Amino acid sequence: MATIATLWCLAALFGTAVLAVALQQKRIATHLIYGLCLAASLALLAISLVQLIYPTLPAPAATLPVGLPWVGARFRIDALTAFFLVVINLGAAAASLYALGYGEHEEMPGRVLPFFPAFLAGMNIVLLADDAFSFLIAWEFMSLSSWALVVAHHRDPENTRAGYIYVLMASFGTFALLLAFGLLAGPGGGYGFAEIRAASHAPWVPGLVLGLVLVGAGSKAGLAPLHVWLPLAHPAAPSHVSALMSGVMTKVAIYGFIRLVFDLVGHPVWWWSIVVLAVGSATAVLGVLFALLQRDLKRLLAYSTVENIGIIFIGLGLALAFRSDGMGAAAALALTASLVHALNHSLFKSLLFFGAGAVLTATGLRDIEKLGGLIQRMPVTAFLFLGGCLSISALPPLNGFVSEWLMFQAILLSPDLPEWGLKLMVPAAGAMLALGAALSAACFVRAFGIAFLGRPRSSEAQSAIETDRMSRTAMGMLLTLCLLMGLLPGFVIDAIGPVVQAHVGARMPAQSASTWLSVVPIAESRSSYNGLLVFVFILVSTLAAVRVIHSFASSALRRAPAWDCGYPEPSPATQYTADSFAQPIRRVFSDVFRASERVDMPAPGDARPARIDVNVRDQIWETLYAPISGWIAYATEKMNHLQFLTIRRYMGLVFGTLVTLLLTVAIWP
Amino acid sequence: MERFVLDVAHLLAGGLVLVSFMLLYQDRMFALLNVFALHAVVLSLSVAWQAYIQKAPHLYITAGIAMALKAVIIPVALHRVVVALGIHRSIETVGGIGPTMLAGIGLVALSMVVMLRAAAAADPLAREDLAFALSVVLLGLLMMVTRRNAVSQIVGFMSLENGLILAAAGAKGMPLVVEISVAFSVLVAFIVIGVFLFRIRERFDSVDVQALDDFRGERR
Amino acid sequence: MALIVELAVQGLQMLLVLAVAPFVLGFTRKLKARLLRRRGPPIIQPYRDLLRLSRKEVVLAENASWLFRSAPYMIFATTWVAAALVPTFATGLYFSWSADLIAITALLGSARLFLALAGMDVGTSFGGIGASREMMFASLAEPAMLMIAFTVALVAGSTQLSHVAAFMQSHAGLRVSLGLALVGLIIVSIAENARIPVDNPATHLELTMVHEAMVLEYSGRHIALIEMAAALKLVLYISLIACIFLPWGIATNGDGPVAYALGVTAYVGKLMASSVLLVVFETSIAKMRVFRVPEFLGIALMLGLLGTLLLFVSRSF
Repeated sequence: MATIATLWCLAALFGTAVLAVALQQKRIATHLIYGLCLAASLALLAISLVQLIYPTLPAPAATLPVGLPWVGARFRIDALTAFFLVVINLGAAAASLYALGYGEHEEMPGRVLPFFPAFLAGMNIVLLADDAFSFLIAWEFMSLSSWALVVAHHRDPENTRAGYIYVLMASFGTFALLLAFGLLAGPGGGYGFAEIRAASHAPWVPGLVLGLVLVGAGSKAGLAPLHVWLPLAHPAAPSHVSALMSGVMTKVAIYGFIRLVFDLVGHPVWWWSIVVLAVGSATAVLGVLFALLQRDLKRLLAYSTVENIGIIFIGLGLALAFRSDGMGAAAALALTASLVHALNHSLFKSLLFFGAGAVLTATGLRDIEKLGGLIQRMPVTAFLFLGGCLSISALPPLNGFVSEWLMFQAILLSPDLPEWGLKLMVPAAGAMLALGAALSAACFVRAFGIAFLGRPRSSEAQSAIETDRMSRTAMGMLLTLCLLMGLLPGFVIDAIGPVVQAHVGARMPAQSASTWLSVVPIAESRSSYNGLLVFVFILVSTLAAVRVIHSFASSALRRAPAWDCGYPEPSPATQYTADSFAQPIRRVFSDVFRASERVDMPAPGDARPARIDVNVRDQIWETLYAPISGWIAYATEKMNHLQFLTIRRYMGLVFGTLVTLLLTVAIWP
Repeated sequence: MERFVLDVAHLLAGGLVLVSFMLLYQDRMFALLNVFALHAVVLSLSVAWQAYIQKAPHLYITAGIAMALKAVIIPVALHRVVVALGIHRSIETVGGIGPTMLAGIGLVALSMVVMLRAAAAADPLAREDLAFALSVVLLGLLMMVTRRNAVSQIVGFMSLENGLILAAAGAKGMPLVVEISVAFSVLVAFIVIGVFLFRIRERFDSVDVQALDDFRGERR
Repeated sequence: MALIVELAVQGLQMLLVLAVAPFVLGFTRKLKARLLRRRGPPIIQPYRDLLRLSRKEVVLAENASWLFRSAPYMIFATTWVAAALVPTFATGLYFSWSADLIAITALLGSARLFLALAGMDVGTSFGGIGASREMMFASLAEPAMLMIAFTVALVAGSTQLSHVAAFMQSHAGLRVSLGLALVGLIIVSIAENARIPVDNPATHLELTMVHEAMVLEYSGRHIALIEMAAALKLVLYISLIACIFLPWGIATNGDGPVAYALGVTAYVGKLMASSVLLVVFETSIAKMRVFRVPEFLGIALMLGLLGTLLLFVSRSF
C-alpha cells in the first residue's frame, strides 16, 4: 500500500519534469514546478513518516515488469528505507519551498526546472529499490540529473570543469558499486536483495565488497581521498540544488553503504571497522581544515559537508566494531548516533546553503572577503544563518550537540572491545572527532563573522537587501526543526529504534519513558543529557540577568563611534580578513597544508604596498590524482597507435586473440 | 595496601614516561639539562620504591648512584662544559614538535602492545612497568634520532639508559643490577668526555690545557 | 516538602558560585600584588567594580548589532549554567543529571563562540585579533578537555560529575591515567581562563591580548557581565579540579545541613588553596609567545590521549 502510493508520487515527479520541459520559459513555470515538487515531497514525507513510526503496518513489495527479465524492478519500504525517505523528502520539501522564492532570480530556468524533479525522483527510487539493477539505474539517474543541474550555468568555465570532474567520479563510483553487486550476486545472477541476503559467499568476498562500497558509495558521500569533486561541484550548482546535493544526496550514499555493508553482506569482521574508522577520521579532520581556508562561502560549506560525512563514518565504523564483537547495545548506540547525525546534518547544512544562496542573490558575491556588515542589512537571514552555525558547531541546546554527545558515549563503551587494533584505533578516532568539532566551531565563527559581522567591505555588501519571504520561511522552518530536535531528541531516537534493531539486532532503551524527557543512552547511572532543561536554564538565567540589571542597575545606552583603542580607522579594509583569521590555525597545522608564503616587502622609503601571497595546494590532487591522470594520458598516447595500423596488423591482432583463447581452453584444467 | 603499592609503582613509572616527553619538548640547552636531572630523580625514586617492595637492598645502591651521578654530577658537569665551550644554547631539531610528540605517542602505544602481548603470562605489576620502561627506551631513541646537537643526543642516550635501569629494577631478581648500572654510567661518562675532547680539538686544534689557558689572554 | 528542600539546595549552589566568583578574583589579585611586593586592591574590590560598572551608561559603537548587545547576557547565562552544574559542596543535586562533563565543555564552547562573534561585530582589527587567537587556542583546548573527560569517565564509569565525585571519594587511588589527566586539566584551565603563561588578564598591549582584545568595545553593564562570566569560568575550572581530584569534604545529597556546611567550608578552603597555587605559578613564569601556546596545549592533548590510550589498553592503569 505504502509502496504503491510512493511509486505514484514518483510518477507525479516524473510528470512534473516533463511538464517543465513543455512549459519552458513561461512565467508561471517556476512557481508551478516547484510547488508541485513541494507537494510531492510532502506527500512522500508523510507516507514515510507513517511507515517509520508504525512499522507494523504492512508494506508489501511492489514489482514492476521493467528491468532485468528474470528479476523485474522490485521496490520495498523497510525501516531503513523509511528513515532515509524521511531525511530525503524533508530536505527536498525545504529546498522546493526555498526555490519558490530563490528560483525567481534564476536566469536560465529552462536548464534547471526539468532536472530538479527528476533529481528528486532519482534519489527516492534509489532508496526504494529492492534489487541491484534498479538500484544502479536509479543511482546513475540521480548522478546524471544532478550533473545537469551542476552545469546549468555552463558559460562559466569553472562550472564546466566541476561538471566534468563530477561525472568522472560519479561514473567511477557506479562502476565500483557494479562490481560490488556483481560479487554479491554471484554467477547465478540473483540480483534481488532477498536473494543476496540468502546467498552464501566465499570468505574473501565480503572484504572486497567493503572496499568497493567504500570507493563507490564513499566517493558519492565525499570520503577522502575521493572527495575532490565535492568542493568543485556543490558550489557550481544553484543554491537549492547545492543544499540538496550536500545535505541530501550524500545521505543517499550513506544509505547505500549501510544497505550493502550492514544488511546485504552479512556478519562483519572486526578489521573492517579499522578501515572505516581510519578513513572516517582522516576525512573529518581534512574536511574541516580545508574549510578553514576557503574564501568562497559555498566551497567552505562543501568542505564542511566532507567533515560531517567523516563523522558519520566514524559512527558507522564503531557500529561495525561492536557488531562484529557481539556487543549489541553498544552497536545500537553507535548506529543511532550516526543516523541522528545524518538527519541533523541534512537539516543544518540545507539551512546554511539556503543562507549562502540568500547572500548570493542579495549581493551577487560568494567571496566572504568582499562581504561584511550583512547583519544590519539582512537581519532575518543573519539570525537564521547564525542558528545554522550554532547547530553545526555542536553547541547545546541545538541538535548538532545531541549526535556528537551520543557518539562520544559510544566511544566511551569501546574499551570492552577485545582486539588490539581497535583498542588503539578508537581513542585516536575519538581524538580526531573532538578535534574536528572544535575546528568546525572556529570555521563557522570565521564564516559568520567575516561575512555577516563587521563593516561592509564592498559596495555590493553595502547595498544588500533582505531576501524574499519564501526563502526566509524555508530557513525558519529548518531552524525550528533543529531546535526541536535538540530539545526533544528522545522522540527521534525512539523513531530510529526499528531501523537499528533490524541491522544490529538491538536498540537503545525507549527514551520517552525517561524522566523529564532526557536522553539516557545506557543507564541513568552512567550518563544522561536533557536538552530541554539546559535550554530552560539558559533562558531563565538570561531573562533573570536582564531583569535584575535593568531594574536595579542601569539600562541607559548611547551610541558613539567605535573605541578601537582611541584610533578608529574609517576604512573597512583595516578589519580582519578571512585569510588573517585563519592564519594562526593554518600555521599550527602547517604540515597538512604545505602552504607556501611569499612576502614582497618594499624597501623603506618606497611607497608601494607590501604584498603577501599565500599558495595553498590540495595535497591529494598532487599526490593522487595528478599522477593517475598522467598515467592515463601516457597510456592513451601509446594506445593511440592502434588507430593507425595496417590491415595486416589488424588481422594479426584478430589472429593473436583467437590463438590465445584456444590456448586457454587447451590448458585450463 | 596491595592496590596502593601497585599504584605508586605505576605512578612513578608513568612519571618517568611523562618526563621523557618533557625532554622531547625542550628547545633550550639549560632547560634540557634541568629536565634531565628531574628524569634521574624520578628514576631513583622509582628504583628506591622497587627496592622497598621487593625487599632488595642492593637496589637502594642503584638508586643512590642514579641520584648522585645522573641527577647532580653529570648535569652540573655538562652545564659547565656548555658554558665554557660556548655551544649553541638552542637545540636544532629534525621535524617540528608536533610530529615528534605524535611519534612519541605512537611509540608508547607500540610498547604497550608489544609488552602486554609478549609477556601475557607474567605478573601484572612487572609487565606493566616493563611496558613503561620500554616506552622510555624508545622515547630516548626518538630523541637521539630527531636532534642535531651532540649534547642533546647524549642526553637522549642517557635517558634511554635510565629506561634500561628501570626495566632491570622492575624485573625481580635480576642479578648484578648495581654493577651493570655502574658500568653503563662509566660508559656514558667516557662518551661525554670523548665528544667534548673531539670538539675542543676541532675548535682549537689541540687539547693541551696549558695552551687553552694561554689562549684566554688578558684574564689575569 | 522534600522537593522544596532539594530545589533550595540546588538554588543555593547556583547562588554560591555567583557569590564566590568575584571573591576568588579579588583574593587572587591581592595575593599576586603581595607576592610582587605591592599592597594590592582590597579583596572585595571586584564586587565594587561590578556594581559600579553595571550602574554606568553603555556606550555602543554606531554599527554594533543586536548580537553585540545580547552577547554578554548569553555568555553570562551559559557560563553560569555550566558553573552551577559542577558539584561544589554536595553531589547528587536535583538537576545534576541534566548535563554531564561533555555538555559542560560544550556550554563553555558556546560562551566562547558568542564572545568571538561579539569581538568581530564592530569591525575593528583588535576584535579580529582576539577572536582569531581565541579560536586557535580553542581548537586545541577543547579536544584536550574532551580527552581528559574521556580519561576520567573511563576510570569512574560515568561522565556525570556527581557520579565521578562520588566514585573518587570512595575509590581514591593514585592512578597514572588520573595523574596525566590532572596535569592536562591544569594546562587546559590555564589556557581557558586566560592566565599567564597563555594570556595576561591585566594587559593593555595588543601584542599580549587575547581575551581583552575581544571585549575592547564593551562598556557599562555589558563589561560587568563579561567580567562576571570570566570569574565564574575560573571558579568552574577550580571546582572541576576539586571535585574530580580532591573530592574530600563533598557532602552527598540528603546528608543534612551539618554536612552541607562542612562541604561549603571545604569548598571555600579548596578555592583559596587553588588561588594561592595559581598565583605562585603565575608569578614565577613568563608569558609565552602566541605560537608557543599551541605546543603547550598540544601537550595537554597528548596527555589526555595518552591517559585514554592507557585505560583502553588495561583497566588497571
